[in-house]
Amino acid sequence: MSNEDSNGRDASAEADEASAATPEQWELRLYTAGQTPKSVLAFNNLKRICEEHMPGRYQIEIVDLMRNPRLAKEDQIVAIPTLVRKLPQPLRKIIGDLSDTERTLVGLQLRSRSQ
Amino acid sequence: MNARAQASAAAPPGRDAERSPDRNLPKSPTGIAGLDEITFGGLPRGRPTLVCGAAGCGKTLLAMEFLVRGVTQFDEPGVYVTFEESEEELAQNVRSLGFDVEALVQQGRLAFDYVHIDRREIEETGEYDLEGLFVRLALAIDSVGAKRVVLDTIESLFSGFSNMALLRSELRRLFRWLKDRNLTVVITGERGDGTLTRQGLEEYVSDCVILLDHRVDAQISTRRLRVVKYRGTVHGTNEYPFLIDAQGISVLPITSLGLDHRVSNERVSTGIGRLDNMLGGGGFYRGSSILVSGTAGSGKTTISAHFADATCRRGERCLYLAFEESPDQIIRNMRSVGIDLQAHVDAGRLRLEAARPSLHGVEMHLAQIHRLVSEFRPSAIVIDPISNLGNTVDASAMLLRLIDFLKTHGITAMFVNLTASGGALEATEVGVSSLIDTWLVLRDIEAGGERNRGLYVIKSRGMHHSNQIREFVITSRGIDLLEVYAGPEGVLTGSLRASQEAREKAAAVAREQEQQRRQRELATRRAVLQAQIDALQQEASTLDEEIGVQTRQYTLATDTIEQDRRAAVQRRSKESE
Repeated sequence: MSNEDSNGRDASAEADEASAATPEQWELRLYTAGQTPKSVLAFNNLKRICEEHMPGRYQIEIVDLMRNPRLAKEDQIVAIPTLVRKLPQPLRKIIGDLSDTERTLVGLQLRSRSQ
Repeated sequence: MNARAQASAAAPPGRDAERSPDRNLPKSPTGIAGLDEITFGGLPRGRPTLVCGAAGCGKTLLAMEFLVRGVTQFDEPGVYVTFEESEEELAQNVRSLGFDVEALVQQGRLAFDYVHIDRREIEETGEYDLEGLFVRLALAIDSVGAKRVVLDTIESLFSGFSNMALLRSELRRLFRWLKDRNLTVVITGERGDGTLTRQGLEEYVSDCVILLDHRVDAQISTRRLRVVKYRGTVHGTNEYPFLIDAQGISVLPITSLGLDHRVSNERVSTGIGRLDNMLGGGGFYRGSSILVSGTAGSGKTTISAHFADATCRRGERCLYLAFEESPDQIIRNMRSVGIDLQAHVDAGRLRLEAARPSLHGVEMHLAQIHRLVSEFRPSAIVIDPISNLGNTVDASAMLLRLIDFLKTHGITAMFVNLTASGGALEATEVGVSSLIDTWLVLRDIEAGGERNRGLYVIKSRGMHHSNQIREFVITSRGIDLLEVYAGPEGVLTGSLRASQEAREKAAAVAREQEQQRRQRELATRRAVLQAQIDALQQEASTLDEEIGVQTRQYTLATDTIEQDRRAAVQRRSKESE
């Protein structure tokens, strides 16, 4: 775990620098539980942010836990909706309907917390 | 009676009374020794129960045992949702208690879910709910057909999420959801400052609350359990000690407390004939409790050994719990006073168990005694000593339970109590004297530069008993009780008694000698008198003889004179012619 942490910090530093320059592939996964207004809202918000900050470099996978309940345990999902940044490393979890764009960007580490 | 009184007190006549079916309230037995007795049947079926307490008090274990016993004893599959420990850690922790949870998981009767929330990797961005948790729970419950669920400890959610209002409403929804599914749930919660749980979980769980406590008093730990609340049903309200050992949790007492045990009129010998005599001639009542108290070195253990010896000689079994000495040491010491305990040990009639009183908490001792008694089935038990079992409150509570337990089993119990020198002899440190049927006190009697032992019976319920202090001496053939010398100078023992006796003996001898001397003197005087009488008689008879002689001489002389006169007359007449 500690190893990953130190890696994570390195990676985040790189990501901050890289976000401006080098193109990077983003792999995102949105966990929902059925088609609720919250999950629809979350998906729309996510789509908008991605288009704005990483056009053409992102991939969104929607996981409906109602259909795949096993994944909730495997991926340690508690809150719905949860957005998981699988790539770039490290893994980040953002919960909620993503209506707070600022915090979403912080969560995705597209913006540091101090800003 | 007591329980009923509690019930009426616990159930106010308001809304609770309407929906308190009392004994109709369905309950889920926990299978945990003692807990089902206290709760009169178990936890409320289909409802949540809150188990709270400080860290390390046994919440997780209780919850786990509830699930495991549910599966193994009541055929009710279960789900364990853990928020703090991983499945592997949990399985490992409970393996030492003999729970093979992995096997139960493989059989599909127990399911685990480790809900791990790492605040550091989570960002909250607007509205959310805990549907993911519900999905996981539903999946786990359906996978085994669970009837029981444990959430350990759901409070971790509070550190994982920042939206408290949302969290609270989700928790409320969760408990409703669990109730709707008719699941018997155990929720654990960490004890807060002045509240039952840190996050006020008791607000959501209003049916049953169990509080666990782990106290360390004088470096001895004692675990306790209390049913704080159990809506709609009677329950024991006291704090009950419980312990965790290789068989899981047991809450004490295993049997309910009562005074309805049968009493026996049979007497059992104390092993000391004259002590039996002091106790109305028969010894102790079978099944009674006996307290032997005295200062250090007053012979308490020897009295106990006599009793154990007498029990074994009758062919009965005796359990001897030694808290001060090792079994070997007791055997050796008792051999020196002529009691062969080893023979009884070899014959399987005597069991000597030693343990340092400080080794376990009071509750552990009690459980140990329970186990030994159910294993060995003795008819008598000696506990030597009870005085340093712990602090006053704990020890007397434990002894109360122990005495009750032993009485219900008809076991004669002898408790040895060491009285501090200088303290009142008639006081026991653990304050159990009122529970005791027969109380023997050994006291030192110091006089004449000696320390001697005295024994008396303070009380003995249901029998005439001697009110005298006896001196007892420990000889190589065991204890011998002696009549003490009671005189104007008080009770005399030891060499004072011996010298007093010697003095009396000397006086008696002197008196006898005097008597004999006077007898002899009188006899002599009488003999002298007799001699005088003899001499006088002799004299009298001499005189008698003399009188005879004299008479004869006189007669002879008179005759001679007459003859001479006649002869003269004749001669005269012849001359005149």
